[in-house]
Amino acid sequence: MRKIWKKIILVSMLLIAAVSLSACESYGNELQNKNAVYKKVNASKTIIWGVRNDTRLFGLMDIKENKLVGFDIDLAKAITKQMFGKDGKAVLFQTSSKTKIPVLKNGNVDALMATVTVTPERAKVVDFSTPYFNAGQSLLVPKNSKIKNVKDLNKPGIVVVAVKGTTAVANIRKFAPKARVLEYDDYGQAFTALKAGQGQAMSTDNGILAGIASENKGFHVVGGTFTHEPYAVAVNKGEDKLAKQIDKALKELEENGTYDRLMHKWFDGIPGFSIKEAER
Amino acid sequence: MWSLLTDNWQTFLIGFWNTVCCSILALIFSLIIGSGFAILETNPNKFWRTIAKIYIEIFRNIPLLVIAMIFYLVIPQFWFKMNGFTAGTIGLTLYTSAFIAETVRSGIESVGDGQMEGARSNGMTYWQAMRYVILPQAFKIVIPPLGNQFVNLIKNSSVLAFVAGFDLMYQGDVIASSTFQTIPTYIIVGLFYLILTLPLSYYMQHLENK
Repeated sequence: MRKIWKKIILVSMLLIAAVSLSACESYGNELQNKNAVYKKVNASKTIIWGVRNDTRLFGLMDIKENKLVGFDIDLAKAITKQMFGKDGKAVLFQTSSKTKIPVLKNGNVDALMATVTVTPERAKVVDFSTPYFNAGQSLLVPKNSKIKNVKDLNKPGIVVVAVKGTTAVANIRKFAPKARVLEYDDYGQAFTALKAGQGQAMSTDNGILAGIASENKGFHVVGGTFTHEPYAVAVNKGEDKLAKQIDKALKELEENGTYDRLMHKWFDGIPGFSIKEAER
Repeated sequence: MWSLLTDNWQTFLIGFWNTVCCSILALIFSLIIGSGFAILETNPNKFWRTIAKIYIEIFRNIPLLVIAMIFYLVIPQFWFKMNGFTAGTIGLTLYTSAFIAETVRSGIESVGDGQMEGARSNGMTYWQAMRYVILPQAFKIVIPPLGNQFVNLIKNSSVLAFVAGFDLMYQGDVIASSTFQTIPTYIIVGLFYLILTLPLSYYMQHLENK
């Protein structure tokens, strides 16, 4: 009998620990000082940017040079310099689709420039700057595929690969409810699964897919865009001053031509992609 | 946390079910395969010993994730199609079977040589001696380490999350990334794993005491 009590006490202690841990999180968010990150960033003139490392054209780890390259990376550095002049320092923190919002919420990064689409659900937990890029969801298929647009996906037996935590997953469920969606941790894994025949199409934003297609000759982007996905810089909830500061820097970069130069640097000559559509 | 559980009740349950299915399948098959290789490894014939050794060393020394990825990505490209659940379960089975083989082998070896000699001199064949004399004693000895392997197996089934096998961890990832309630989601996932592993640990302790 005593042994059973011991077990019950052990299990209930575990439960209490779990519940109090989760309570910690929500309590911590409420206590957080408004604009604390804004003050910290302006005092140190350093911004820790959450960026992608698996997305060609936006944020990719260049293995040869061991350095992150992409439009998001360049823009993050340019914004930092615009905000703080020469002393401004941009620290790059690598995130994935799955972890980008959590690392922003727990304070590991100050701001996210990581192909984050503005959505009403996300706006409840983070604050957004004005959009810096207009993407739209599209499809990547093998060149011999019969799939031409999103309507072709809406059949039983069709499997679409996507990345966990992206808006693409919910959109496919909306536009092609009969298709099955398999979710992976990053774009590399999702594309490898597509190549291995685990799905018939991969779906995410057109810019990202264009980046993959430009490196893999057997695949192409089809169907145009069927959603509107504006990318914006995300900062933690309550950091409205930082968001405004980033907005201002973004506007200045647009006026002095840096933004346009970066757009052309990364997206000139990418097939199936229009800079005009993407520019803010 | 409670509302997270009630809102996503079905998703968690699907994940839990898949984890249970994967664990049971992998448990049964890895026990069979593992015991088979353990018997081969203690066989007097050197040829069988070498075969068993090669199998065990390969699957024991490659990370589980790599094995699962090979079954998920490489084999469908060249041979036949298989989904994430199948690939993950096969990978988990082979990986665990190597550890079980080593565990059972140590059990067989800890049964004294005299047992085998006695059985053989009483007219039993090698296989009869193995089946009726050695193995029953060996399994009794290895119950505690075997229980550890089973608990590890259940926890390792989270490898299914990386090959889209719709297990508990996969569903947890999906819920965490769509609700942004990261910590509560993973706590719930952890509790679900405890529901599976705690009773198993206690049952193993109970068997030990018997």
